[in-house]
Amino acid sequence: MKKYTQDHEWVEIDGDIAIVGISAHAAEELGDITFIELPQIGKDVIVGDVIAVVESVKTASDVYAPISGTVKEVNEELEESPGIVNSSPDKDGWICKIDNIDIAEIEELMTESQYAEFLTENN
Amino acid sequence: MSYIANTGEDRDLMLDKIGIDSIEHLWNATGVPEGNTDFASLSSGLSEYEVYTKLKKLSLQNSVELINFLGAGYYDHIIPAVVSAITSRSEFYTAYTPYQPEASQGTLQAIYEYQTAICRLTGMEVANASMYDGGTALFEAMMMAIRITGKRKAVISEAVSPIYREIIKCYSTNLDIELHEIPAGNLDSNHQNLIDIAGNDTACILVQYPNVFGSIEDWGNTVEQIHKKNTLAVCSVYPQALSILKTPAAMGFDIVTGEGQSLGLPLNFGGPYLGFMATEKKLMRKMPGRIVGRTTEKNGGDAFVLTLQAREQHIRRARAMSNICSNENLCALAAIVYLSSVGKQGMVRVGELCASKAVFAKNQILQIEGIEEVEENIPFFNEFVVSLPMDASEFVGKMINKGYAAGFPLGRYYKNRKKQLLIAVTEKRTKEEIKGLANSMEAVLK
Repeated sequence: MKKYTQDHEWVEIDGDIAIVGISAHAAEELGDITFIELPQIGKDVIVGDVIAVVESVKTASDVYAPISGTVKEVNEELEESPGIVNSSPDKDGWICKIDNIDIAEIEELMTESQYAEFLTENN
Repeated sequence: MSYIANTGEDRDLMLDKIGIDSIEHLWNATGVPEGNTDFASLSSGLSEYEVYTKLKKLSLQNSVELINFLGAGYYDHIIPAVVSAITSRSEFYTAYTPYQPEASQGTLQAIYEYQTAICRLTGMEVANASMYDGGTALFEAMMMAIRITGKRKAVISEAVSPIYREIIKCYSTNLDIELHEIPAGNLDSNHQNLIDIAGNDTACILVQYPNVFGSIEDWGNTVEQIHKKNTLAVCSVYPQALSILKTPAAMGFDIVTGEGQSLGLPLNFGGPYLGFMATEKKLMRKMPGRIVGRTTEKNGGDAFVLTLQAREQHIRRARAMSNICSNENLCALAAIVYLSSVGKQGMVRVGELCASKAVFAKNQILQIEGIEEVEENIPFFNEFVVSLPMDASEFVGKMINKGYAAGFPLGRYYKNRKKQLLIAVTEKRTKEEIKGLANSMEAVLK
């Protein structure tokens, strides 16, 4: 089950690793994504650290770590085809996988329906 | 007349904010002696003609007819007349850099071609639209390495221009950067020390090629060692020398900067000069400054636009790669006109002439009694060091009276090199001028 941050990242727990991406709403707001600066594998991150930069035709936005841990894997396909984040933000457009995590950290984050509500409120 | 319309109230508000009583406090902090801060005490000014006469008199005190063997980073090369003929055209001649693609295709194309030329000279993949000068470009390269690696230590060789090092130290004063200077060897950069001091905590090493003593060093092996520590290698280069030397790209450097004055710009006291910067494609998003790219317009033709702008502060705000949002455009234009008119083979010819005339000059000078080589068998491009039997600064003063700018006295920046003179020879110097220099040197030392 995905959890969402107020900065529009999603995080999904798969066993003992966390998969991180940006929400469909964020991808749509950014417009056509032209480049994604991926984090370095092996980098230790804590909640709120900048882990990636998403560049679109309109702007460049930082992606913040929704959970602390170590970057285990990055989505290398995004290097060649950053547009995957536009076409499949929730699935194929994942940005990185983080291990050494503490699941308790994401308890406070929004569920999908809470996030939908959050978007309506802030629109 | 009040040029800046801030009221007394505005001023009080600002003074209050920074916690001082009066604006004189600020002047005093900048070193202005007390009592000199009253604008009313300034004279009422001179007429246009009086100003002209006064400045003319001042300018006549310059020694403009000296035969020049002074280098140390700024060189007296021949500049074809076509350079100023083109740069002074009204379509180009402006202090403002127009970047709007709909209005400025000519300027943007010139920058694009300049960037291409810098890439060809250095062997690197991407160059920016230019920076202020060689020193600030090297500082920006250090900052770029710090951004990329996330480390805060930088190691610089003392065989890098002391002028550049002063700039870097000044710019770094209030930044969280740990800068280490590595003493130079006799005429080399002390590679082993650089490798030893650059640890895994080091963002980059900063070196110069040829180094400030004119020596050519092969950096390939050192750069390889440095890379093993996840440290970047930054090199400041003399672009004219690259016409005949191994490129910095071939030696593995990650970021290459330099002073572009030798590419068609006259020697000025302090500029305007031309900084250039080039890097590898994989690092281009961390590069500061403007970059012009080539694209396709709606009818299918080539068009030139600013590109990769997401690095810059109008988009990235506080997290921008730097706050450089302009470039040294007229100087960059001069460089591309120079390079285009001299051409690829012409550049090689200029390089060969510089090198062979420098060898000729060195041989002539070493025949003079009392003048010695500092180290034998050091390869050099067009600049070399000799040791004099007297203080080099004093010697240079005496040579000016004979009509020569004989070189750069290294003692000005290196306390242990008081007798060492750095002599530069370009393609512009004739055999007669070189012989004249040697004869005058001999006469001064007698």
